Amino acid sequence: MAELFEKLGGAVTRRIWQLGYAARFFAHVLMHSGTALGRFSLTIREMYFAGVMSLVIILVSGLFVGMVLGLQGYDTLQRYGSSEALGILVALSLVRELGPVVSGLLFASRAGSAITAEIGLMKATEQLAAMEMMAVDPIARVVAPRFWAGVLSMPLLAALFSAMGIFGGYLVGVQLIGVDEGAFWSQMQASVDWRQDILNGVIKSFVFGVAVTWIAVFEGYDATPTAEGVSGATTRTVVTSSLAILALDFVLTALMFTGGTAR
Amino acid sequence: MKRSTLDIWVGVFVAAGFAGLLFLALRVGNLTFSTSQTYQLEAKFANIGGLKKRAAIKSAGVVVGRVSDIGFDNESYEAIVTLNIDAQFKFPRDTSAKILTSGLLGEQYIGLEAGGDDKMLKAGDRMRLTQSAVVLENLISQFLFSKAAEGKDEGKDAKAGKNGK
Amino acid sequence: MPRAPIVSIGNVGFGYDRARPVLHGIDLEIPEGSVVGIMGQSGCGKTTLLRLIAGWLKAGSGSMRVLGSDLGSLDGAGIFALRRKMGMLFQFGALFTDMTVFDNVAFQMREHTDLPEELIDGLVRMKLEAVGLRGAAELMPSALSGGMARRVALARAIALDPQLMLYDEPFTGLDPISLGVIARLIRTLNDSLGQTSIVVSHDVEECFAIVDYVYFMAAGRIVAHGTPAQMRGSQEAFVSQFVHGETDGPIPFHYPAPAYAEDLEAPAHG
Repeated sequence: MAELFEKLGGAVTRRIWQLGYAARFFAHVLMHSGTALGRFSLTIREMYFAGVMSLVIILVSGLFVGMVLGLQGYDTLQRYGSSEALGILVALSLVRELGPVVSGLLFASRAGSAITAEIGLMKATEQLAAMEMMAVDPIARVVAPRFWAGVLSMPLLAALFSAMGIFGGYLVGVQLIGVDEGAFWSQMQASVDWRQDILNGVIKSFVFGVAVTWIAVFEGYDATPTAEGVSGATTRTVVTSSLAILALDFVLTALMFTGGTAR
Repeated sequence: MKRSTLDIWVGVFVAAGFAGLLFLALRVGNLTFSTSQTYQLEAKFANIGGLKKRAAIKSAGVVVGRVSDIGFDNESYEAIVTLNIDAQFKFPRDTSAKILTSGLLGEQYIGLEAGGDDKMLKAGDRMRLTQSAVVLENLISQFLFSKAAEGKDEGKDAKAGKNGK
Repeated sequence: MPRAPIVSIGNVGFGYDRARPVLHGIDLEIPEGSVVGIMGQSGCGKTTLLRLIAGWLKAGSGSMRVLGSDLGSLDGAGIFALRRKMGMLFQFGALFTDMTVFDNVAFQMREHTDLPEELIDGLVRMKLEAVGLRGAAELMPSALSGGMARRVALARAIALDPQLMLYDEPFTGLDPISLGVIARLIRTLNDSLGQTSIVVSHDVEECFAIVDYVYFMAAGRIVAHGTPAQMRGSQEAFVSQFVHGETDGPIPFHYPAPAYAEDLEAPAHG
């Protein structure tokens, strides 16, 4: 019985130690970001691999999510004779929640896992050690550019996801089903507040970007330098990032959207 | 991948991202580049109901401004609402401000009905004619009360009628 | 007047954690301009020693002077500055897989100097010529064989003409021709560039052919040292077993196990 508690306590202290270690690593990356921001070409290169390469999956997924929202939304709204509110439903769902969250999850599984694998592999083949031996700080040269690339790419990807989604909702709602086009856009414009909804959505995607990329670079840098080690790290990145996104989404939504209406 | 091709693609990506954001803000949201001036008016209400900050102020159904602040007067126990009116619209001094609801269960806004006075409201003026929001519960209890009173009157009339005969 | 040794290690001990020391009482001196070998079984601590010299790890006790600086008193920036004067060849090359051979060799020049590209171009070609791979400049590391990759890594390591070269198992896994090439390169580069080299290896023949002096390690201690000729003729049991490749001696053939007869008669496993 005592063993059980011992194991539990050990697991908890290990997690807390890991969290502290990860936080110190995060501070280290931020402090050594000079190269990443000064020699911006390094960051731009990583933005290509993290952001541009994710465009296809983000745009396609956004389109489909928007179209499904259009279908499901219409089905429910028309029961209450409120099918003209379809624009509002699609826009708010995407801008407030689905845009940041789903694009965050997709980014984590596509770009996040790629970053982890890349850094982990560089560690396993001693490339990071070789860099250190040549008096070049691998955190400044390899890790920081990837971190900033992820942070800068996420809000853009989330915005594109939402935009594509709204377009998808428009396609299904207006073109396919026949909801009034004028009502679709005007009701949407009247109800979507740029500060309350869109800006908050951007803030969310920025926070998610920080979380996902931080986890991705940390797991890669911390991976055991073997094949199993790297593969385990990649899986952990996707799982931990996804959980982090969902948990942070709850916290941010609670702060942003209910606090405002409690008058 | 050549450096220049890479740069081009990232540039396209960033531009597209900003375009998406702009689309959301302008077409989907209600961001307007109105650098128009506004002036402030005050209005006191006995009950503002569900009126919120940034609620619309409409006259003849057109948005002419937004509610900027809602406060409470501890002396008269009334709500003080600060209205930000677009500078191009001037209203007479006897304009009335009512708190209305858009749709049946919609959001509340302030409706202005222009009066006939020659003199216009200036910045900082207080509107004299106001009508509070309709609170559903009060409406219902009013209805019940009046129904009950009607019933009593009918009874009294019937009795008086009988007696007076 | 003899010049100070490039590396001077006095009574150094080290352990990854307090309870299990990996190195005990290491005394070592590397004179300038020489090629010194550190040899021993896998796991005897020779790679750990190399890492201590490179500043990767901090010694638990004792003193370490490398290139005139006391390693124990250097901070992170100081160690980085020291590494500019060192070069290290990793066991499998550790080339940057996302760059060409040319970019790999040019890496240090681009990171640490402001030399114009034309100058760097010439320097890179010189270094590649020294290792015989000038024609492979535009290849990607994945297209290279093991021996070629290691030679490119060597060119990369000497890019800024370091004073001290560290070689971590440079002969492992190479065919006889590549072995000969690398060994010859280590010696000629050392002499022509005026370097000092430390070679960690367990390949007796190749090592003895190029080193001036050799240290033998076992279980975290230095058990013998001398010139290759002295070592060949040594009567010391461990050295003799190692140099002549004997199967049994101080390093036993059998992994510790219960008596053979008993084990055979015991019930079957599983």
